[in-house]
Parts: sequence; C-alpha cells; structure tokens
Amino acid sequence: MERPLTQHIPLSGAALQLKEYEAVGGYSALRKVLQELTPKEVTEKVKDANLKGRGGAGFSTGMKWSFVPMNVTGPKYLIANADEMEPGTFKDRWLLEGNPHQLLEGMIIAAYAIQATQAFVFMRWAYKEAAQIMTRAIADAYAAGYLGKNILGKDFQLDMQLHTGVGRYMCGEETALLNSLEGKRATPRAKPPFPQVSGLFGKPTIVNNVETLSYIPHIMNKGGDWFKSLSYTADGGTKIYGVSGKVNKPGAWELPMGVTMRELLEEHAGGMKAGLRFRGVLPGGASTDFLTDAHLDVKMDFVGVAAAGSRLGTGTMVVLDDQTCPVGFVHNLEHFFAQESCGFCTPCREGLPWTEKILLALEQGKGTYADLEQLEIHTQLLGPGNTFCALAPGAMEPLQSALKYFREDFEQHIKDKKCPYAHH
Amino acid sequence: MLSATEIEQITHELQQVPVKKAACIEALKIVQQQRRWISDESVADIAAMLDMSTAEVDSVATFYNLIFRQPVGRHVILLCDSISCYVMGYTKIKQALVELLHIGYGQTTPDDRFTLLPNACLGTCDHAPALMVDNDLYRDIAISDLPQILDQYL
Repeated sequence: MERPLTQHIPLSGAALQLKEYEAVGGYSALRKVLQELTPKEVTEKVKDANLKGRGGAGFSTGMKWSFVPMNVTGPKYLIANADEMEPGTFKDRWLLEGNPHQLLEGMIIAAYAIQATQAFVFMRWAYKEAAQIMTRAIADAYAAGYLGKNILGKDFQLDMQLHTGVGRYMCGEETALLNSLEGKRATPRAKPPFPQVSGLFGKPTIVNNVETLSYIPHIMNKGGDWFKSLSYTADGGTKIYGVSGKVNKPGAWELPMGVTMRELLEEHAGGMKAGLRFRGVLPGGASTDFLTDAHLDVKMDFVGVAAAGSRLGTGTMVVLDDQTCPVGFVHNLEHFFAQESCGFCTPCREGLPWTEKILLALEQGKGTYADLEQLEIHTQLLGPGNTFCALAPGAMEPLQSALKYFREDFEQHIKDKKCPYAHH
Repeated sequence: MLSATEIEQITHELQQVPVKKAACIEALKIVQQQRRWISDESVADIAAMLDMSTAEVDSVATFYNLIFRQPVGRHVILLCDSISCYVMGYTKIKQALVELLHIGYGQTTPDDRFTLLPNACLGTCDHAPALMVDNDLYRDIAISDLPQILDQYL
C-alpha cells in the first residue's frame, strides 16, 4: 500500500531535511515541470487526476486553478492554508512538521501553473514547531535555487513568505484568510468575485490546503491514473485520516481514500477503550453531522460520507463514547462556534450564542421541551443560504444530527432536571 | 511611545506590503512581543505609524484571540477547551489549574507570573488533553503533571 504523502517522514518525528528530501526524489517533479510542461499543462494534469481539496470543501483543485486569468499583468498570489483550526483536526500539522519541502515543492509547482510570483504559507499561531521547521525549509529552498529569481535556471521566479496568524478560526475560510493577510479583521468577503480573479490585494489568488498542495509533486511525477489507482473509490488518492476521543490508539494515518469507518475505528484506532461503547462520530471535524454505528461500513470518501448524511470534511474524526454526554459534547462545539463567529452577519452572531445558552441550560437540567423546538428552528435559520459564510451552517450540522440520533439524551436531561452522565 | 526597536521592526514590515494598513497585524505582534500586551497608547502609536485611525487598529487588535488588550503575566497558559480535549477531560485539568494558581480564566496571579486563558483546539487531538505555556506545547497531560510543568516558568 503506497503512502506518498507520509512515507518519507522520519519515525523519530523530526522533519525531513532538504538533502534527505532530494535523496528520495524531492524537487524532481519541479525540475520536470519547468523543463517539460507549460503552466496550462500542469493545471490540466491536476484536473485529469481529479484531485479534490483536502481542506474540507472537496472542490476540484485543477478546476480552481483553471479559473485564474492567465493573460494579465501584475502580481498573482499562491497561498497554502495552514491555519488548521477545525476542532478535532490535526492532519496538516503532521505534514508541516514532517515534510515541509513536499509542501514547498507543491506550492512552487502550483505557483508556476497560475504564474504567481509571490506565495505565502498562512500558518496558525499555535504551530510553533511547524513555523520553525518551515522557516528553515524556506531558507534552504532559497539557498538551493528552488525559490527566488530564475528558479532552476528557468525564466520563472517566486518569493515565499511564512505568515503566522494571531488566532481566529475564521482565518481558515479562504476569503477571511485574505483579509487577515491584508492586516484586517478576518471577516469573509462576498463572492463573486472569487479569489481566483480578485483575491489578495485585489489580485488573482489561489488558496489551497496543505494536504492538497503536498500531493502536487506526486501527481506531476506519476500522473493521474496512478493517483486514481491509490484509492478504493472514485475519489482518487490517499487521504490522511485521524481519530481522537476515547479509543485505544488515537492517531493519524495515510490510507487509501474510501477506507471504511469501521476499519479506521477498529483496526487503526484500536477500537474503544475498555468498558466503553461507541455511540457516534463526527467524521470530518467539528462542523460535520454525526454518524452512528449504523454507518460503520460507510466508505470515507466525499461521495460516501455525503450519502450517509454528513461530510468527509477534513477526514479527522472525533468519537463520542457512551459515558460522555452528547448534550455536553454539542454544547462544547457550539461554545466554540459562538466564540469564533466573526460577528459580521446577524444570524451567526446572534443565533450561535443562543444555541450555546440553550444547550448549557439543558446540560444543567434547566431545559424545557420548548428549548428543543428552539434548537430545531435554529438549525433551519442558521442553515445553508441564510448566513454570509459556511461557519454557522457548519455549526448546525452536529447539532441537527445530535437532535436526531441522541434525542432521548436531550429529553432525559429535561425529565431528570439534571445531566444523567457521571463525568461532571 | 514606540521604542526604537519596535519602530525599526515595523518599518521593516512596511517594506514587505503594498499598503501600510496591511502591516497592522504584524505591528501588533511586534509591540506585544516587546510589552506582552497592547495598551490604548500602543494602539494609538501603531495607528499613527500606519496612517490608520485608532478605532481601525483597535478593531483589528480586539478581533484576534491572541492579541492581548489587557496586561498578562510573564507566562500565558493556554488550555485547549475544544471537543477532543473535552472528551478526554480538560475540565478536570482546568479545575486543578484553578486550585494550583488560585485564579480563573482571564486572570493573572498576584506575582504576575501566570495568566490563564482558554484556547480553541490546539491541533493535537490524538494527544488530548493539551495545553501551551508561552511557546511550549504539552500533550497527554494528567493532573499530576501540572506542578512540574508550572515549575519551569519563573
């Protein structure tokens, strides 16, 4: 089983250095691209592979690049979104700390495809070690002639900068990220215009997730058919999956796209800790609908998880066990979303704190049946189409599915006038 | 008044951006690095240097979780309070920290040593519960680890 993204990451946890990366074929894809392919051919190759964005939305990467106008003068930008802040998600950290040059090579190739001359790694504040590793990697790449003017002797130049954020979930949304990079509050922008046409400082810009960009060198070297062959399903490639919660071996693994939830939970995560029963899981981070034991055989790809009523999201799962209160669990999520709402649009700014307060009241045994109705109404009012960006609709996904799958827990809090779980 | 070092560093940042305003977050980071927090005076000083209004700089400063608009202690403890850490019992870690330090969230010990703050997901969920002290990440923490962790920060 091939693991192109992570196979060269040293088991010690140390970062793969430039010389080590080159020794396993690193930067050969860039060399090949600059010698043999036009920018348009690079984009076509990514489109042919049908690489879908690994940041959560799952949009075709090649398609995204193809929207960048090619016959314009002035700067264009390429940005790696390394602002991993979706609760329960820790996959990009692995790539950033373990194989920084793989990301840089992917970024340089992506920048060539859209003819960008400036690139940024937008990294979240908390990733201190990753920031150090990336700073060194960027310096090494400049020294080796992979960045700067006349890259590998060709008529292509690219400057690379690391930007570390100051903490806000909204920065992961691509238009809010652009505002933050412009020194502003990280509020989302209206679309259209899309960033591909008018992004950073009003110039054409591509923002891609770390895992997505890390795949680019491999697709350039081995092609779309190889990429598709890695997967169990129609969504190609491998995927970095993760599991956290009360399982025996929480962790992250690079596996063929479309592995079942059962295999992930039972084989890789080692099943539930002794004495605990599985009740449900957020399959792709905090803003995805719960799935339950009825869904264990769901294939973890974009299509499979969507068909089961949730989203693949980031592919990093959070497990709910039978001794953790589902109401408390969802309250924790809505507290996060209420706090991280940028406050820019009313339904999100007002609605999320309301759901948080209702959930706290329920958890404290002060809830009523009318509160459950109010929560249901919120899942509609804060749903898709009613808010400026995807934050509030994402926040409603775990809530609406918890009300569906764990209804009896909500009702028991009302009947008993207290939380029936022992962990408080 | 901004120090010579702060002015020099902000000037360097201004050379990297197409419009002055774009250096706002970097300027806030630079001043906080020197002074631990951003006072009203610092907001006004940064505004003057970037040709922005104080309200505009403050709107940025107050937006971000890790720009501090109130004084903090010599060390800042950021306890992850997001979902995986919730499942793995961060609330008990919080209780233990409150008992050890005799402060709650948003407060600073009287000796100015620690400020305790909650923090959104630290991205190390397979090693929950987790916290950071300044730039250092601690993972898989148990209550019994806390005194040893805190002892390293004077």
